[in-house]
Amino acid sequence: MSLAMFLQHGLNGLTLGSLYALIAIGYTMVYGILRLINFAHSEIFMLGAYFVLWGTTLFFLPWYVAMVVAVVVTAGVGILVDRVAYRPLRDAPRISALISAIGVSFFLQNLTIVAFGAIPREVYRPLWLETPMLMGEVRVLPLTIFVPTLSFLLMLGLVWVVYRTKAGLGMRAISKDIETSYIMGVSVNRIISLTFGIGSALAAASGIMWALRYPQLQPVMGSIPGFKAFIAAVFGGIGSIPGAVVGGVILGFTEIMAVAFFPDLAGYRDAFAFVLLIAILLIKPTGLMGAKLEDKV
Amino acid sequence: MQAQRTILNLLAAAVLGLFLWWAEGHLDGYKIQILNLIAVNIILALSLNLIYGFTGMFSLGHAGFMAIGAYVCSVLILDPAQKEMLFILEPAYTWVQQAQAPFFVAVMAGGLAAAFFGVLVGAPLLRLGDDYLGMATLGFAEIVRVLAINLPRVTNGALGFKGIPGHANLWWNYAWCVFTLFFVVRLVASNSGNVFKAIRDDESAAKAMGIDVFRHKLLSFSLGAFFAGVGGALLGSLVATIDPKMFNFVLTFNVLMIVVTGGLGSITGSVVAGVVITILLEWLRVVENPLFIGDWELPGIPGMRMVVFSLALICIILFRREGFMGKREFNWGWLLRSLGNKAGRHGS
Repeated sequence: MSLAMFLQHGLNGLTLGSLYALIAIGYTMVYGILRLINFAHSEIFMLGAYFVLWGTTLFFLPWYVAMVVAVVVTAGVGILVDRVAYRPLRDAPRISALISAIGVSFFLQNLTIVAFGAIPREVYRPLWLETPMLMGEVRVLPLTIFVPTLSFLLMLGLVWVVYRTKAGLGMRAISKDIETSYIMGVSVNRIISLTFGIGSALAAASGIMWALRYPQLQPVMGSIPGFKAFIAAVFGGIGSIPGAVVGGVILGFTEIMAVAFFPDLAGYRDAFAFVLLIAILLIKPTGLMGAKLEDKV
Repeated sequence: MQAQRTILNLLAAAVLGLFLWWAEGHLDGYKIQILNLIAVNIILALSLNLIYGFTGMFSLGHAGFMAIGAYVCSVLILDPAQKEMLFILEPAYTWVQQAQAPFFVAVMAGGLAAAFFGVLVGAPLLRLGDDYLGMATLGFAEIVRVLAINLPRVTNGALGFKGIPGHANLWWNYAWCVFTLFFVVRLVASNSGNVFKAIRDDESAAKAMGIDVFRHKLLSFSLGAFFAGVGGALLGSLVATIDPKMFNFVLTFNVLMIVVTGGLGSITGSVVAGVVITILLEWLRVVENPLFIGDWELPGIPGMRMVVFSLALICIILFRREGFMGKREFNWGWLLRSLGNKAGRHGS
């Protein structure tokens, strides 16, 4: 494989990886605070892309406006899901909330089928994103630079919120100990809503950019990227935001490179991530950067 | 009382037999198909209830075990000439081509293969807790699906099998269903069953009491996998067509919905919910097909069925977490007493 080819695959891997990372952040933030695998997160990702379609075709918004509106609306949906389906179960056994999350996931997916139909839909892509540029010998899609850059900026914003604002301090406090946070006067429910909002907004951004990269919208399009992002979050160490980013990028990179180097394995592409998940859970369940969680007896 | 209960149980089985005999002669094919699906769904619900409801292991791998059971059974009951026609992507291995067995043996083999994978997967995974176990078993089910697509010489790849002989009639399905019911009832009442419940209620305490937690978890998991495999095998023969796409997460979701609705840790609940939800699932198909009122056509709404069911699942989890039955069970004593009371009141 020539260097040019390698760089091209590298950019593709980075693009896919940053999309995974954006979704993984949502999983990891919610898990860090509530110890809940937010199964509906992959549907939030899908809704983000569909809302853009809705905005451009139904309300004739320009695509960049539609994107911003979609991110905001999806964040609202994420908050609503928490309010309706998870908050009443805060004191219930953990699995109850997980089953509720599975229910929400199916609900959103099938509601999308009801609203938009199950037929794959084309989405508008600005032309300049997909005209390849030549940089020396490397053919570069502007998209593969645009996506990682925007993702990076979004992540910087997130880091600022989590480590430099009062709300972020609340998030970190809750993830350490939710009961003590209550006592210390943290408005726990508002912070949790904010967490869901931010996580959903990032997932929506990822879904929208995913649609630019793979321009076919389907109601089930969220499941596989959602699972993989969850795996990335576990790989990086669930509960850790830097872990989710690193896990996502590594997973995206490995996936693209594995298929590039061993084309015969392309059929096993989707199984690879699950094998990785099982391996991590068995060897190092806390992931690369996760804090050790211990069961209290 | 023991003898009385045995007589009543046999009587109930006889009534079921009579009903099936009547149904076979008087109901149309569609209704018989629904009856068959009920039996299969009860088997599946009981097996998941054993794993999750009685032993407390949150497993989302049911579709995987069902796929294994269905493929093994189908390979054994398809005859060699049919298989030669089926494998158009790549010719089957000779052992796949030649394998043949009577239906009962084939279903057994499907169940045993699933149980074998249950041990294989369970041994490393069962030390994971709650939600992690769920995700890992879900991963297992997905891996089975990907393997089924990528091993065309065994499974015929993405095309799957068509024209699987429909040996799974009412009698076979209900025989397996009653056997599963009997087995699970006895197992849960046995010493092992008590150990399962102890592990479910508090794993650390069970360990402290000197229980070999791992061995019992593995036992429960592989027995559950066995019956999931049997359910899958029967389902394959029932619907005559299987392909990897069929064994996706929706299948597991349906079983989970039956178990949660009926009540975790209630056998009666699984049976009742198995009947009700299977009928509702079929009945709600009406919503997805166009409806004609005179000349006026109401368009069908695809996806509406699962919207209703997922909403129902969320409502049950939110408002009645223990399901319809909680952990309660049906028993004859209670039925006889309440009948007796009624008769007594009428008499006075």
